[in-house]
Amino acid sequence: MPKTLLKIDWLTIFLFLLLVGFGWINIYSTSVTDVEASWLDFSEIHGKQLLWIGLSLILIVLILALEAKFYQQFSSLIYVAALLSLVGLLFFGKTIAGQTAWYSFGSFSIQPAEFVKTAVSLAMAKYLTGINIHLKNFKHQIQAFIIIVIPMFLIMLQPDAGSALIYVAFIIPMYREGLPDFYLILGILVALIFVLTLKFGFYYIGAVIVLLMLLIYLFNRNKKPKLLKYITVALLCIGFSVSVGFIYEQLQPHQKDRFDLILGKIDDISGKGYNTYQGKVAIGSGGWSGRGWLNGTHTQGKFVPEQHTDYIFVTVGEEWGFIGSTLVVLLFVFLMIRLVFLAERQKSNFSRIYGYSVFGIIFFHFFVNIAMVLGLFPTVGIPLPFFSYGGSSLWGFTLLIFVFLKLDAKRMEI
Amino acid sequence: MRKLLPFLLIIFTSLLFIARLFYLQIVDDTYDQVSMNLAVKKIYDYPQRGYIYDRNNELLVANQPAYDVMAIPLQIKPFDTLALAEVLNISKQRLQGQIRKAQIYSPWLPSIITPQLTKKEFASLQEVLHKFEGFYIQKRQLRDYQTKHGANFLGYIAEVNNADLEKNPYFKSGELIGRQGIEKQYEELLRGERGVKHIQRDKFNREIGPFKDGVFDTLPQKGADLQLTIDINLQAYGEQLMENKRGGIVALEPATGEILALVTAPNYDPDELVGRKRSRNFTKMYYDTIAKPLFDRGLQAMYPPGSPFKAFTGLVARQEGVVDIDENFSCNGGYTYGRHSRMGCHAHASPVNLISGIAHSCNSYFAQIYRRSIEKYDTPQEGMDVWSNHMKSFGFGDFLGYDLPVGRRGRIPDAAYYNWAYQYPTYKWYATATLSNAIGQGEIESTPIQLANATAAIANRGWYKRPHILKGIDGNQLKDSLYLAKNHTTIDEEHFEPVIQGMNDVYNYGTAQFLKVPGIEVCGKTGTSENFIKIDGERVQLTDHSIFVAFAPKDNPQIAIAVFVENGYWGARYAGRIASLMIEKHLKEEISRKDLEKWIMSHSLEEEYVKPYSGEPFKINQ
Repeated sequence: MPKTLLKIDWLTIFLFLLLVGFGWINIYSTSVTDVEASWLDFSEIHGKQLLWIGLSLILIVLILALEAKFYQQFSSLIYVAALLSLVGLLFFGKTIAGQTAWYSFGSFSIQPAEFVKTAVSLAMAKYLTGINIHLKNFKHQIQAFIIIVIPMFLIMLQPDAGSALIYVAFIIPMYREGLPDFYLILGILVALIFVLTLKFGFYYIGAVIVLLMLLIYLFNRNKKPKLLKYITVALLCIGFSVSVGFIYEQLQPHQKDRFDLILGKIDDISGKGYNTYQGKVAIGSGGWSGRGWLNGTHTQGKFVPEQHTDYIFVTVGEEWGFIGSTLVVLLFVFLMIRLVFLAERQKSNFSRIYGYSVFGIIFFHFFVNIAMVLGLFPTVGIPLPFFSYGGSSLWGFTLLIFVFLKLDAKRMEI
Repeated sequence: MRKLLPFLLIIFTSLLFIARLFYLQIVDDTYDQVSMNLAVKKIYDYPQRGYIYDRNNELLVANQPAYDVMAIPLQIKPFDTLALAEVLNISKQRLQGQIRKAQIYSPWLPSIITPQLTKKEFASLQEVLHKFEGFYIQKRQLRDYQTKHGANFLGYIAEVNNADLEKNPYFKSGELIGRQGIEKQYEELLRGERGVKHIQRDKFNREIGPFKDGVFDTLPQKGADLQLTIDINLQAYGEQLMENKRGGIVALEPATGEILALVTAPNYDPDELVGRKRSRNFTKMYYDTIAKPLFDRGLQAMYPPGSPFKAFTGLVARQEGVVDIDENFSCNGGYTYGRHSRMGCHAHASPVNLISGIAHSCNSYFAQIYRRSIEKYDTPQEGMDVWSNHMKSFGFGDFLGYDLPVGRRGRIPDAAYYNWAYQYPTYKWYATATLSNAIGQGEIESTPIQLANATAAIANRGWYKRPHILKGIDGNQLKDSLYLAKNHTTIDEEHFEPVIQGMNDVYNYGTAQFLKVPGIEVCGKTGTSENFIKIDGERVQLTDHSIFVAFAPKDNPQIAIAVFVENGYWGARYAGRIASLMIEKHLKEEISRKDLEKWIMSHSLEEEYVKPYSGEPFKINQ
């Protein structure tokens, strides 16, 4: 243990503490109604979060106390246990706001999906370090995807589309380990065509696809391209564009509204778009330096639902202004760059893949959550790492990061 | 390449976020205001508008409470529309319409549903209001007039309109602003300073305490009480005398320039423009383009001043040294100054000098001394400008700078004017072309207040103080040097005595000899001014205006007055009588000549006024 403390990456811990601390300060602002009240009141949200933060220190000690090898050797077992915890929800889960995502223990609840991310990361790292496993191989690609798809599917059953979406993040470690470019391009293309078709309609987008293909074909004429290949790609794209309408119809009504809102197809600031609009108003009123801690009128007036959880960044925007918000964005940037740097210096593939998974998951949370709050992305209910209120979320990310820090501390031994 | 992807993602995403934050927080400032409107409620505390008193501390204008029924659309729960409409005394459709309008204006901001309920209406509403969630009462102040007189200078208050809101950022929609007269002129003194409380609200519009512990809150400052120079009794008497006539009376205190009375006829009761009935009454008066009750004839009507102007013609001639006091001119029923040019005169004793010329109002005399005044100089242009400047020094031909928001310049022609009119130098013009100026006709126009002010300047033997209506603020006497400074005319003091003697003789043996005020030496001058209107594009002469100026007593004058009665025929007939009564009222308070008073009050000129609009041929000066 003392050796671990010497070799552990204190910079990451420092960034972690900054984020958690600043997060709590903002949770306190959304929760406190009476300045005279104790900040240690465990019946209030800020008190509970403080308790979670305190308990996460114990969790950290436990994580660091375990042998680094443990995580590698038992990863399959951890993965199976994680999946079982998700299956268990179907029988013993507690339903809150339509989602059966919780195990209830008296006055507090645990959301297993937050911990499953770590398990899947470990499993992915374990699988990809297997003998003769190579992501250029189609069979192995499928097997890797299955590792991701099972928990995604179980989480979709809750149903919690937001938490399931996060598993897309595993594209990042897989790409690092050799997943062909094709998948990345395919993903981007699918997203692009989907959004643009929704926005501009099929006829317009179809015409653009044909034109683009024609241009690319003409541009590459010297290389003697196969015309058939281009026609196939164009037809596939157009086919997908045609089917966008159909796929869209399969979405839940509230999910459709979220797309329509972000694309500007509906404008309803007092109903469906209330949350996004109020969030924007609160952030927009922040100005350079914000209204000051505990002085955000929107925060204090509790205009933004879920402001202590998914919309916590609204508080930062309103009370700390452009300077504070940018600082938070930069803290995340430093943390993520540090994680990638740590991942790259690993000697063992297992640690590297795991590190990349940690980066991918944190990046996706960061991207989706803040983009949503800033009105750049449809509403997706996932928390901002370290900031959002919630013990499971905090512990989930603590676990994710500190397992990696343990692996990193022992990088010379593994 | 594969190692680069994370960095690309991080850099792209963070730049996107920072740019977006910059846009939302710094560039686009619409959200800031929205946020303040949503989350911080400003509650305004309106002070009492200042009271208005007359010169004898008689209360003219006070305040009365009125009650606006307000609603916040988001907070309205389903309710019995019919029941509420009944209590509010409006139709169900109108109530629903008002709520719809409020909804469109803003679902979460208060709107007025029914404005200005009276105390009685409010009392019955108060008992049932709790049944209608989302509705509440906002108290406000309306004017409570203690007098039926002086509406023209008191003015009125009304809700600010969009133009006011754009012009003056102080005002908020729904607030009151002074619109005319004193209310407009001294708006900032009268309204005081509203207090404001900032209350922070949550999303349910519940109040969650003061915003920033109330550091931005202010207390209301009471509006200032104003004392006017008006004597409301004299004012009321003047309005009474002017009933069924059109015209204006302006009475000043010569020593101070204080306006004692400012009468315009026809007038209206100031209470007609209070509260809910204001809009209806105002529209009615606004569209009365014939009687024009909203037109302040004392300040805004431009008339040819007629014979009273002879006094000034005489003063200029003396100042220019072109005539001796005793120099006699004979009048043979007129003055011939060219082969086909003759100015007529009425029958009177002849010959006349300066004093008897004024007393008899001899046209010939003043035409000749006017001509001398102009022809004293080498060119008529030079002479005209000298004469014009003398006249302007009495306050003619320009706004006087008094403290009321309306007025007219009047007109005193100068050389440039005639050069333009006669197209000089293509055509030449001479003093004789402008001869009508001598007797206050021709190109000369003046407002009653200008004439009263010039009369005060004669009474003071050479100076006037700017006329004004404000005497004191919150019990302190006005100390504005603008109104305390003496404005000297260009006429030397010694020239006034003979003119004043002539004006005194108007009562002794002249044109107003039957109007002597017992026991008071009055100086006056009659006037009868020709006037024309256009009917179907044709210039038609109407019955002459009856004009009179006077001041009294001759020594140590207390009052200077100008009276215009439209189409009242000769000067002493209406205007002279009214002036005489006003002077007696002011100096003695009791009217001894009841028959004279009765004559004025029982005579109406309404018949005269319908003549040009009857469409039938009519005779004038009957």
